[in-house]
Amino acid sequence: MREINVGTVTDTVREMCISVNHELSQDMKDLLCKAAESEESPLGRQILGQLKDNMDIAREDMIPICQDTGMAVIFIEIGQEVHFVGGELEDAINEGVRRGYTDGYLRKSVVGDPLIRENTKDNTPAIIHYSIVPGDSVKITLSPKGFGSENMSRVFMLKPAEGIEGVKNAVLTAVRDAGPNACPPMVVGVGIGGDFEKCAILAKKALTRSVAERSDIPYVRDLEAELLESINNLGIGPAGLGGRMTALAVNIETYATHIAGLPVGINICCHVNRHIVRTI
Amino acid sequence: MDKHLNVPFTPSEAAALRAGDYVYLTGVVYTARDAAHKRMSEALAKGEPLPIDVENNVIYYLGPTPAREGRVIGSAGPTTASRMDKYAPALLDLGLKGMIGKGKRTQEVIDAVVRNGAVYFAAVGGAGALLSKCIKKAEVVAYDDLGTEAIRRLEVENLPVIVVIDSTGDNLYLTAPEKYRR
Repeated sequence: MREINVGTVTDTVREMCISVNHELSQDMKDLLCKAAESEESPLGRQILGQLKDNMDIAREDMIPICQDTGMAVIFIEIGQEVHFVGGELEDAINEGVRRGYTDGYLRKSVVGDPLIRENTKDNTPAIIHYSIVPGDSVKITLSPKGFGSENMSRVFMLKPAEGIEGVKNAVLTAVRDAGPNACPPMVVGVGIGGDFEKCAILAKKALTRSVAERSDIPYVRDLEAELLESINNLGIGPAGLGGRMTALAVNIETYATHIAGLPVGINICCHVNRHIVRTI
Repeated sequence: MDKHLNVPFTPSEAAALRAGDYVYLTGVVYTARDAAHKRMSEALAKGEPLPIDVENNVIYYLGPTPAREGRVIGSAGPTTASRMDKYAPALLDLGLKGMIGKGKRTQEVIDAVVRNGAVYFAAVGGAGALLSKCIKKAEVVAYDDLGTEAIRRLEVENLPVIVVIDSTGDNLYLTAPEKYRR
């Protein structure tokens, strides 16, 4: 049994919130730079050039990459040999978000009730997905999610007979409908299988995977490549103003499902696909 | 083509812009997003005056991040315009000449743009750090309690925007992707 003080979690989450909103991970930077070189549309190239400049300004001047610094989505994998001391874990995570968003001059974009809509003024609560894993460490993945793209995300409950063609249609429908709203070039997270909520969580988790990594499953890897090409043939382009670079990557995760179902979750993220990982 | 324009517009300037024009705006624009639009709409419904004069003016759909000490503003890119679709036609009919945002608009908004000789611009979404450099002064002028959603008066210099929907109803979001579709 390893004891971890929840204060360490707070400090870690605070630092992660600030860091992730000012600098994209290397995998995302590499893909954006590559996109700027391969875009055919002159206006598209100009826009991608602005996005590259924006990344530099954000890092050098400590201005958030995007003003929508998101709702803090956290995946926390807790080793089953860990014992937390010093307070409640969930409070500690939210305290980290509170301090990160306050100390880091990040936008407070959360309302406490979906219909009364009063801003909580500290960007809490976070959305937290817990899982218990073997070992004695704690792995925290933080992915602040902007809602321009979140609002364009979808869940389709397909019939098994619709098969892989049904999945492709679902993804293309979501991307086509999203168009300029989701701030392309986007990253498309797809969850196939599970049930209603599992496919959505898989899609979100897919967005936290490095965009430089492809799936280990051969047919899924092929599907990722085929969908990326189909999406980039839609012509939507950077900022939706025409071009080849509509998506930078398609990341797919799969899970077992019921004999009667084929759930597909599609979580769209803009080019500011922020993800950061820390292990305690 | 590239154009440099001062804002507020003169009455006919917005109508002369065409979808695809790359425009650098200098002057004053006002920020407003979801919550501020809802309040302005409620004010109009009660017959009360708006907190800003919209005539010939431009509204930037923006909720910035807080400014660090000594800075004018934080990150300042556009938010999705469609959430303001419900409120935009009434403001356009009151003389609003431009909106800066990103993403699709409804036919009702497009009709109001045409009817009033106005324009809908896109700023590049997710370029908030870069766009913040064009903002030289920012002050909250209404609804301070809304935090990031308050109405701010911004003084901008060469703010880069692209005409998406013009006063003839032409829509770059529909025409531009056609050229690259395969």
